[in-house]
Amino acid sequence: MSHPERPASGPTGSLTAPPASQGKSGESLTAFAARHGLTQSAARPPLGLYLRRLWGRRHFIWMFASSKSKAMYTSSRLGQLWQVLTPILNAGVYFLIFGLLLSTSKGIPDYVPWLVTGVFLFSFTQRSVTSGAKSVGTNLSLIRALHFPRASLPLAYTVVEFQQAMVALAVLFGIVMAFGVMPALSWLMIIPVVALQLLFNLGISLIVARLGAFTRDISQLIPFITRTWLYASGVIFSVASLSTRSDFIRENPWISDVLEANPGYVYVELARQALLPEYVAQTDPQVAATNPGMLWIYAVVWAVVILVGGFYWFYRAEERYGRG
Amino acid sequence: MGRGVDVAEKEQVNHVPPPVVIDTTRQPIVVVDDLHIKYKVYGTVREKGTGASALGRILRGRSRPQMTEIHAVRGVSFIAYKGDAIGVIGTNGSGKSTLLKAIAGLLPPASGGVYTDGQPSLLGVGAALMKDLTGERNIILGCLAMGLSPEETKEKYQEIVQFAGLRKGFIKYPMNTYSSGMGARLRFAIASARTHDVLLIDEALATGDAKFRRRSKRKIDQMRKNAGAVFLVAHQLDVVAETCNRVLWLDDGQLVMDGTPEDVIAAYTEAINK
Repeated sequence: MSHPERPASGPTGSLTAPPASQGKSGESLTAFAARHGLTQSAARPPLGLYLRRLWGRRHFIWMFASSKSKAMYTSSRLGQLWQVLTPILNAGVYFLIFGLLLSTSKGIPDYVPWLVTGVFLFSFTQRSVTSGAKSVGTNLSLIRALHFPRASLPLAYTVVEFQQAMVALAVLFGIVMAFGVMPALSWLMIIPVVALQLLFNLGISLIVARLGAFTRDISQLIPFITRTWLYASGVIFSVASLSTRSDFIRENPWISDVLEANPGYVYVELARQALLPEYVAQTDPQVAATNPGMLWIYAVVWAVVILVGGFYWFYRAEERYGRG
Repeated sequence: MGRGVDVAEKEQVNHVPPPVVIDTTRQPIVVVDDLHIKYKVYGTVREKGTGASALGRILRGRSRPQMTEIHAVRGVSFIAYKGDAIGVIGTNGSGKSTLLKAIAGLLPPASGGVYTDGQPSLLGVGAALMKDLTGERNIILGCLAMGLSPEETKEKYQEIVQFAGLRKGFIKYPMNTYSSGMGARLRFAIASARTHDVLLIDEALATGDAKFRRRSKRKIDQMRKNAGAVFLVAHQLDVVAETCNRVLWLDDGQLVMDGTPEDVIAAYTEAINK
């Protein structure tokens, strides 16, 4: 009796009710429900309440994120050590190729620390986008089982990346020092840079989460988008050198302005200016980066606009995430 | 829905739904009004999945044929009153779990509506747990996922460990080392640590040994007293008969019968043994 099969024919004999009286007698069910103060349970809460609920879930978001990062390496022998080893190996690859094999500096002093700073900072955003796009789709069973503001998911996935980025940042400090750059007071500026970048990443992760929730194909496209973004953000070749060498950009100078305003470049560049004071001092002022004041304005505007806009956009589809 | 979505075409039996009787002497807690639930399933490829056929589909303007729409609940209406313990029975795939998820507000209705007093919650914390992590960590994660505060989690922790009755030391092991019964016990223990307005239980009693089933039944009775109403999906008709005062019989997403456990279970048993 535990798993009965479907009956061969519909049992209609036991029903004697005339079809005419199907619950339509008296008042409608909707009116009856309203009269007793019942509310629609799949409705989207108002924005203020939604924000309060989300704030109430902050411990869950943090716990979910740290559990996810913990679970990521449980199957490997070295376990959590990989959190440190992965960025070190990444840096090693770049050192091998660009420092030793190509031994190129492209006019940039401290090229390897410059490159590694760029790669580490950019990959924080890149990974937030990649995991944010999957955050709703891979947790459908959770969405269909429990109530919580769905924005918790993309936020938690970004927090995972943030935790990893913190480890990577510690590794980065070591690498930069290993290349002879001494810690300076300007290093403290990395804190507001990463904080603003985190806000931006939270926002963009909410945006791609909604896109990915309804159009799964987005996650197939994202690697191409982020790779293009990486090259356009001066992570490996500086934007200044792109602007001077490319005929196409020289003819269309607005492209260079766009590249320098793009958030990928803004956060990477600010981090470099914080960690590598020599780079700022020695770069040719002719091809020098956008002035730092402008970069800070971009950094704040991007963080606020993308976070607020992304949050609101994600929220607007709140009640539809379960349908997949 | 939009083009490019295939509606699952299967033979559908159409039932005449039982009339919904409004009992004005009792306080309603859940009203389900002509509810339809549809959801999409990915990856059910019905044509050959070659590049050429994909290209052909794109040219014909049918973007995503591998997406099938399932019409899981088709026009269900009923009223649940305070103090009701409602059993939901039906064959596999009759839409029982989907109905429960819709009452919980977790699956948005395609049309019709679910109106509730308070927040119905599904006894389904399992989805939040991570099997690679220890039982200890999962208890905390599960409690936070259900919306408990860290303080409440701390308070409930010992109670959950005791109720789950795991063998000594297992709480420090990853959950993927647990037997299926142990896992089910821990999940139920975590899920029942919270009080609920409307409690929806989906097959929670199917796992675990006899001792645990007795303990969990006591727990459910206790939760039923605190909750406004309890819904129970179960295939064990004896469990339904002894726990519920009312039974809904679903078949193919439609309500066939709504009545006392004796009447409905008798009719259901007769139908499936035909």
